[in-house]
Amino acid sequence: MSTSLTTPERDPDLHTPLGGVSLTAGQLPRGAAPGTLVAAAVAGLLLWLLAGWAVVPCALLAAASYVVIVYTWSRAVEGPRKATDRFVTALVSGAFLLALLPLVSVIVTVVSRGAARFDAEFFTNSMLGVTGEGGGIYHAMMGTLIITGLATLISVPIGMLTAIYLVEYGRGKLAKAITFFVDVMTGIPSIVAGLFAYALFVMMFGPGVRMGLAGAVALSVLMIPTVVRSTEEMLKLVPNELREASYALAVPKWRTILKVVLPTALAGIATGVTLAIARVIGETAPLLVTAGLTDGDNFDPTDGRMTTLSVFSYYEYQSPGLFAEASFDRAWGAALVLMIIVMLLNLVARVISKLFAPKTR
Amino acid sequence: MAKRIEVKDLDIYYDKFLAVQGVSMTIQPRSVTALIGPSGCGKSTFLRTLNRMHELVPNARVEGSVVMDDDDLYGPNVDPVNVRRQIGMVFQRANPFPTMSIYDNVAAGLKLNNKRLKKSDMDDLVERSLKSANLWEEVKDRLHKPGSGLSGGQQQRLCIARAIAVQPEVLLMDEPCSALDPISTQAIEDLMLELKANYTIVIVTHNMQQAARVSDTTGFFNLQGVGKPGELVEIDETTRIFSTPSQKATEDYISGRFG
Amino acid sequence: MASSTEAPPRKNRVPRRPGDRIFAGVSTGSGVLILVALAGVAVFLVTEAWPALTAPAEDIPGGQGLVVYIWPLLFGTLISAVLALVIAVPLAVAIALFITYYAPRSIAKALGYIIDLLAAVPSIIFGLWGMNVLAPVTVDPASWLSQHLGWIPFFAGPPSSTGRTMLVAIIVLAVMVLPIITAVVREAFTQTPQLHQEAALAIGATRWEMIRMAALPFGRSSIIGASMLGLGRALGETMAVAMVLSASAGGITFNLISSENPPTIAANIALQFPEATGVGMHTLIASGLVLFAITLVVNMIARAVINRRKDFDGAN
Ligand SMILES: Nc1ncnc2c1ncn2[C@@H]1O[C@H](COP(=O)(O)OP(=O)(O)OP(=O)(O)O)[C@@H](O)[C@H]1O
Ligand SMILES: [Mg+2]
Repeated sequence: MSTSLTTPERDPDLHTPLGGVSLTAGQLPRGAAPGTLVAAAVAGLLLWLLAGWAVVPCALLAAASYVVIVYTWSRAVEGPRKATDRFVTALVSGAFLLALLPLVSVIVTVVSRGAARFDAEFFTNSMLGVTGEGGGIYHAMMGTLIITGLATLISVPIGMLTAIYLVEYGRGKLAKAITFFVDVMTGIPSIVAGLFAYALFVMMFGPGVRMGLAGAVALSVLMIPTVVRSTEEMLKLVPNELREASYALAVPKWRTILKVVLPTALAGIATGVTLAIARVIGETAPLLVTAGLTDGDNFDPTDGRMTTLSVFSYYEYQSPGLFAEASFDRAWGAALVLMIIVMLLNLVARVISKLFAPKTR
Repeated sequence: MAKRIEVKDLDIYYDKFLAVQGVSMTIQPRSVTALIGPSGCGKSTFLRTLNRMHELVPNARVEGSVVMDDDDLYGPNVDPVNVRRQIGMVFQRANPFPTMSIYDNVAAGLKLNNKRLKKSDMDDLVERSLKSANLWEEVKDRLHKPGSGLSGGQQQRLCIARAIAVQPEVLLMDEPCSALDPISTQAIEDLMLELKANYTIVIVTHNMQQAARVSDTTGFFNLQGVGKPGELVEIDETTRIFSTPSQKATEDYISGRFG
Repeated sequence: MASSTEAPPRKNRVPRRPGDRIFAGVSTGSGVLILVALAGVAVFLVTEAWPALTAPAEDIPGGQGLVVYIWPLLFGTLISAVLALVIAVPLAVAIALFITYYAPRSIAKALGYIIDLLAAVPSIIFGLWGMNVLAPVTVDPASWLSQHLGWIPFFAGPPSSTGRTMLVAIIVLAVMVLPIITAVVREAFTQTPQLHQEAALAIGATRWEMIRMAALPFGRSSIIGASMLGLGRALGETMAVAMVLSASAGGITFNLISSENPPTIAANIALQFPEATGVGMHTLIASGLVLFAITLVVNMIARAVINRRKDFDGAN
């Protein structure tokens, strides 16, 4: 800081502290904002319970009045900058709560509607010969398991090897092209993946073909890019020093990759693969056009139609049987099973990445 | 064990960038050769050409020759993997394999190459290597715990044990003590003095006292200027380099008048 | 920096071990297989769509040719996806801001997981939820909208009595793409240089001013890229739309709350495919080809925008 001696009176603002600004000046009293929030919420509740308004307008009104009161109050006491800050805080927190609504609603609905059919018959029987009540999803669970399993068997080796190519070998145009198209593949709509598998199998087996394997191929198209991406990410995290340490021990490159790089990245890769499975296991559209639906057990993926949980749930709802309620119950039941599977897979993925990550420190 | 390395007119490139130019030197067996010089002059680069780690960098290459006893390391049909089997390396930052136990880290050189050894022979080898690296007493009760649980100095000695477990002819060390406290440094310096009875050791260091303490021969690398390649200014007995160097640049550098 | 030695680069013929050669070959092969598969997607779709492209207009379902068949579907696809985005993007940015800057540090990560859970819910479940829970809820507000805001084309009415309208489809789509956009934007926000944030705070900025000065400019291209990614997902979403709109059919209209809605390409395929044969089937595949092309373009733009930011990241 150079102090100018020639013009001390010209710019006093820059050379002397403002002074006189109290550090506690212009603040809303503590608890002002939460208090207003509670008041607004109570008012909303009263309108809903006593005045008999609908829920949505009550909530909207409560939220809006909170925002308006806090904003004007703060503007008067703290000034416009602080007021804007409070306004945005309210907005942003509100957005988060709003996003939780559908999640909570979905979970509550699926659990309450789906629980009706959580009986032994539901998990051990198929739909063979069932037109009214009863029946089960055994065939659909097996179908989901088989098709997803096959898709995993196809996707994991291809996806992992591609990631290895990209990280450990890939240079130049080919690697660039593969990276780019893997990205593009991530965005293929699932129905298009289904049409692709269908078209492929039509070439081999003729029009109207339906089989589990085609469903697995369709799911693989969706799964491979996810596996590539997550494996690639994990391989890149493996420090180069470990590769060098291995090379310095005279270990050839391919063994270094297999024995040092992959084991180090394994937890991360397993997490990624689990999440990829979770993503495709609930797919409906591609299986609708490739694997179709059948009432009985078919556990041979190369032989005709094969039911999966999602497709089963869809048809039970879309074209209910004699007792529509029984069909709807089955649809929700299957949806709940699917949801539990997906949530479990997500949980497993988190646990894997927590527990089995190598301690680098 | 322990072989002589003869380097002749070595030029080292990163793609088109000539990093080190015209190095010729002889590295004596059963001795410690120290390489010193300012940052960026190419010491690490040079060291990594001695066991062909340099070419792992895309488009990196060398010209000239490196001959170990009678074998040209860069001769046609020489497998770099076999070169590294005979010339081991210890890195600046300790890098034990995080997925392996202490025991497995030491045995890694053999296990990764799928050499099957009897359990008792393997135990014996691990114990001998750890003893050579002065680590045995500290870890013998937790051989099957992860190697990453050790202290920095212990990890570095573990890496030395790992390097000597495959019984190389030559041991290259790139600033092995730069991340360590004085006591761990002392332990590793003592270790070097013991190991040189059997090995040819080349060490890169920024610590001139360390070079003076442990090495028999010292080579001084320098840069002519920014963007110019690094070069070997002189190499001589350590006592002579630190008392009566023949080059002005060397004298300036070791007396701290560098710049 | 290039030195001027004209020595020809010595080709060092390193003998490659068979293990290395095989392993490198197999992994390269996998990468190439992906390229081939993607080309295959295009080729097979074109082959299977070809009969519809060449068929006389009266053979196409509807009897007026392929363009007339696909155009309303395309319109439905675009309007539902774009409007879903209009809802989802501001929400996603707000949620990302909330998690990164407003929520307590200790639970921020957990909140991120919760939003990610939304992405994990299968679309069939969103479909069931949309038609059973959301649709009935919208009936009253929709009639209110048509009464009071009917002059806006979106709310012209007459309102549907079941609530299975374009509006519900759009809301469901918005909920489904929300976590995708949030994830990408949140990533960008967490990478906002600490230096910029502290620089803003050090001159006395409020939290919101800091966000406006440091976080939003830094995250802008990510927000754009993420929106495109979400758009790609919304364009291709099938089951949720198919289930919500299955009961309705209609032509091109901006009216979101009536029971006459244009379906989307993806939903139409899912609804018609099980019964389709012959030219009908080829027509559906042709519409799928159109969808594929659109999502391809959208995703390419998205990636290009997101990757361009990566170049400036500094982290590698
Ligand atoms: N992977 C690489 N690609 C391109 N140039 C490199 C690479 N590694 C090193 N260089 C360059 O080669 C020259 C020598 O680097 P080197 O790491 O060998 O120096 P050093 O003497 O070991 O320095 P320090 O004492 O800091 O470790 C430097 O100009 C450096 O920028
Ligand atoms: Mg170095």
